[in-house]
Amino acid sequence: MNELLEILKDLHPEVDFETAKDLVDGGILDSFDIVSLISEINEEFDVTIGAAELTPENFNSAKAIYALIQAKLDDED
Amino acid sequence: MLFTSYEFIGFLIIVFAIYYLIPKKAQWPFLLVASYTFYLLADPRYLIFIAITSLTTFYAAKLISDKKEAFDVWFKEHKKEYEKEERKALKAKEHSLEKKIFLACLLFNLGILAVTKYTNFTIANVNSLLSAFGRADGISFVNLIIPMGISFYTFQSMGYLIDVYNGKHKAQDNLFKFALFVSFFPQLVQGPISRYHELSETLFAEHKFDWKTVSFGLERILWGFFKKLVIADRILVAVKAIIGEPDTYNGFYAFAGAMFYALELYADFTGGIDITIGVAETMGIKVTENFIRPYFSKNIKEYWNRWHITMGTWFTDYIFYPISASQFMMKLSKKSRARLGNNLGKRVPVYLSSFIVWFTTGIWHGASWNFIVWGLGNFVVIMISQELEPFYRWFHSKVHVAGTFGWRLFQVIRTVLIMSSLRMFDCYRDVPLTFKMFGSIFTKSGLSQLNLESFMEMGLTNYDYAVVFVGMVVLVVVSLIQRSGSVRGKIATLAAPVRFIIWYGLFMATIIFGAYGIGYSASQFIYNQF
Repeated sequence: MNELLEILKDLHPEVDFETAKDLVDGGILDSFDIVSLISEINEEFDVTIGAAELTPENFNSAKAIYALIQAKLDDED
Repeated sequence: MLFTSYEFIGFLIIVFAIYYLIPKKAQWPFLLVASYTFYLLADPRYLIFIAITSLTTFYAAKLISDKKEAFDVWFKEHKKEYEKEERKALKAKEHSLEKKIFLACLLFNLGILAVTKYTNFTIANVNSLLSAFGRADGISFVNLIIPMGISFYTFQSMGYLIDVYNGKHKAQDNLFKFALFVSFFPQLVQGPISRYHELSETLFAEHKFDWKTVSFGLERILWGFFKKLVIADRILVAVKAIIGEPDTYNGFYAFAGAMFYALELYADFTGGIDITIGVAETMGIKVTENFIRPYFSKNIKEYWNRWHITMGTWFTDYIFYPISASQFMMKLSKKSRARLGNNLGKRVPVYLSSFIVWFTTGIWHGASWNFIVWGLGNFVVIMISQELEPFYRWFHSKVHVAGTFGWRLFQVIRTVLIMSSLRMFDCYRDVPLTFKMFGSIFTKSGLSQLNLESFMEMGLTNYDYAVVFVGMVVLVVVSLIQRSGSVRGKIATLAAPVRFIIWYGLFMATIIFGAYGIGYSASQFIYNQF
């Protein structure tokens, strides 16, 4: 989780990502940010996030993004 | 059948009356009949195109959806019998079959769009190349019909197909319901580009007559007519005069033309969408909003989140994201970071995807270099503003103007000026002339050039300009009120006589000040051509 928070902080230093819950709906993360984010995640966690998963629900909070990464890491079934 | 024609109003009255008189379960099938009749009246040949897109998309999506469902059930039951690698292989095999069906349908339908809209543009470019190599005998142009609204309904159908393929929702089981989703007449000609999971919530439902819903819908239609007839179609005369005579109207006039066009396009396109949403609303159907006061945006990125929203989100979800998240882009991202450093390297794939999106957005608007350059112009502006972000952060740490009225006003004016400049590509006949006219604003404008009488020679009188000006003030005031909630909702809380005065006043204003009669002809909505 800490690695993810660092990546997010790098994108928007002014945002408190531990508490924010409307990153996409609140307009904090735009499409450019999301695309930068998935390439950073790909680099850091070695997981590939597909276009279909780039939904507000998956990116509205650091917790949701982390859950997506975890699901990808655990994905075998 | 233009939205502003008497035929359309007659058509609407008949559809509306039948819609509420027939049994409720017959409402959506009747809407399908009405939609196909609307299309048939435009040109019977169009029906073949929309029917082919509806049929192919319906069956491809259903096939994919059924296969997905059957596989999921089977997989759940049998997954324990296989090792991890075998499970992956089974999933990949299933996925590859779905992918083949998906790609075949996607390419077929985009192929129809490409052939009908871009064949002659391609021929023109090939001919230019041939003549550059000294070959005078070019290829002859072909006479193809371009079905009305083909860009809109093709995008709407392909959005549905992609969503089903991605497992966002199941496919529709009823061919006729799907055919209605593709052809729903109020939004057929100029959008919005609806998403299936949103529009289907109310499109197929049974609706009983509810006076509040119907009156809200009628009010929205009236507001659309006001924008289109009182403002857009009137100022259109001056826009046409300015862009039609670039030798006479350059310099300051080119600037005035760009401003007039900004007003015309806004009133025309949002007016048309108001009519679309209003017509659907009278029948209890909710169509997605396409605009949120775009001219109040603080930058171009925000502008594109508030102007023609359904097109913007379509391009983001179905082109920008798939390209950006592709394996190729992930590899490119790694390589560019290694070569150019983390900071610059990570921007390369984002900008490349963005470039492709804006090129596509440009060509979607029209088969001409004007639109391609317009699209790429947007890309350049967004890229520059993205690169300037560190500068803005530094600037705001030194100069504390952020959030002040003056700064907000500056941002709004900047947005309007940049967008109006880019839209000049929409107006002039070719790219070089557009650049020339844009340049003339800086080189030829001057007080000596300013001659108010020239504005009277553009086909409009003092009276016309006054009507447009008052109309524009009404637009701005309504937009300002709208920031704190629905204007119609607010009016509904007023006393009955006040409500009557407002709506009757708007109705009479549209009748009296609408641009029709001698000197005017009911003009096509600008976005119909796309």
